[in-house]
Amino acid sequence: MNKLVKDAKEGIEGIKDGMTLMLGGFGLCGIPENCISALVDTGVKDLTCISNNAGVDDFGIGLMLQRTQVKKMISSYVGENDEFERQMLSGDLEVDLIPQGSLAERCRAGGAGIPAFFTPAGYGTEVANGKEVRYFDGKPYILESALQADYALVKAWKGDRYGNIIFKGTARNFNPVMAMAGKITVVEVEELVEPGGLDPNFIHIPGVFVQRIFQGTGYEKRIEQRTTRPKA
Amino acid sequence: MLDRNQIAQRIAQELQNGWYVNLGIGIPTLVANYIPEGIDVEFQSENGLLGMGPFPFEGEEDADLINAGKQTVTMMKGGSIFDSSMSFAMIRGQHVQLTVLGAMEVSDSGDIANWKIPGKMVKGMGGAMDLVASADNIIVAMSHTNRKGQSKLLRQCSLPLTGVKCVKKVVTNMAVLDITPNGFELLERAPGVSLEEIQAATEGRLIIDGDVPEMKL
Repeated sequence: MNKLVKDAKEGIEGIKDGMTLMLGGFGLCGIPENCISALVDTGVKDLTCISNNAGVDDFGIGLMLQRTQVKKMISSYVGENDEFERQMLSGDLEVDLIPQGSLAERCRAGGAGIPAFFTPAGYGTEVANGKEVRYFDGKPYILESALQADYALVKAWKGDRYGNIIFKGTARNFNPVMAMAGKITVVEVEELVEPGGLDPNFIHIPGVFVQRIFQGTGYEKRIEQRTTRPKA
Repeated sequence: MLDRNQIAQRIAQELQNGWYVNLGIGIPTLVANYIPEGIDVEFQSENGLLGMGPFPFEGEEDADLINAGKQTVTMMKGGSIFDSSMSFAMIRGQHVQLTVLGAMEVSDSGDIANWKIPGKMVKGMGGAMDLVASADNIIVAMSHTNRKGQSKLLRQCSLPLTGVKCVKKVVTNMAVLDITPNGFELLERAPGVSLEEIQAATEGRLIIDGDVPEMKL
């Protein structure tokens, strides 16, 4: 059960043009920085990226957009990125916007063997176009299908070579559900620990969902909105 | 007319003891600054935390602790962290009692539009569609008119909808209004704002029943 790989380059080995990827993170918080750099280096293209956001112009998925490696984005919120907007309005980039809760649940369902589910989110809006509507207890719900990915790229705080991982703070966000929904799930960690170094009671994602894990390096952890209050 | 902080202050009067509350970006975020004395609430942020605290002191920002507006925040004692799926389970499952969010348009039947201006602005709905589809209690915080002076309280929304028949209350810089089966019911006026001014700034059906008191802030 040794899932340890050397680095990001080895982690993303096998990602080819046209594949579907999931990338964890919320804004720039908890994004797989090392895997994104490695993807930029390979020049792989025509990717479909499932990620809550699309990074900013010069960081995160924004780096892949700059090199036009992304054919389609599946996200809930894509502000804060001029290059993204330019490619979307010019038609170079396909964009599927999904309510955030539905996006999370579609990933979870994809990893949990549930092909589809009914949700109230988006009923009566353009998100519901073409989707089955059903009433339960008099309330309308729309049918949403599960999402899966050829590769899920996940950022965790600590992990062991069995693939057990834990997250820190709100860097958790979409990472756990995406870890579950990847055919190949690649995890980069800030700190690789020896098996037994993590308390089994506090594992966030068990290693069964993970295929590759590596020690990440050089995390920038950029802050999008640095908000503070003065010391009293 | 109220300023942004006063709108937030008025909304804070709606908070009830023991509520879990989700605050949207912009004016709603300011509501946290005006929690009435003796009221104990916990703030949920849909990126995955409950028990959100104030902004950190300078130099104590943590890149791994942000709110849904991507702002650095802190945690209160007794707070918790979870993934996005569980976060929306809380919201969809109606375990969060109040959602406060901004809007570009609200209709007099409670429809809301706040995520897209076709051909102009497409940022995405984020968590707004999940929030408005499920919360029992939805308060919209916004200006009564847009920059061109046109009413944002309409008979019908003209922009793509975020949710249908879901908004319960609107607090603007001019008024507090409830959404009823017959339209916007005017509950309170901002200090110094006349009924005529509110009527002129409201395109949707407006119900004025007798004397309408001024807000108390």
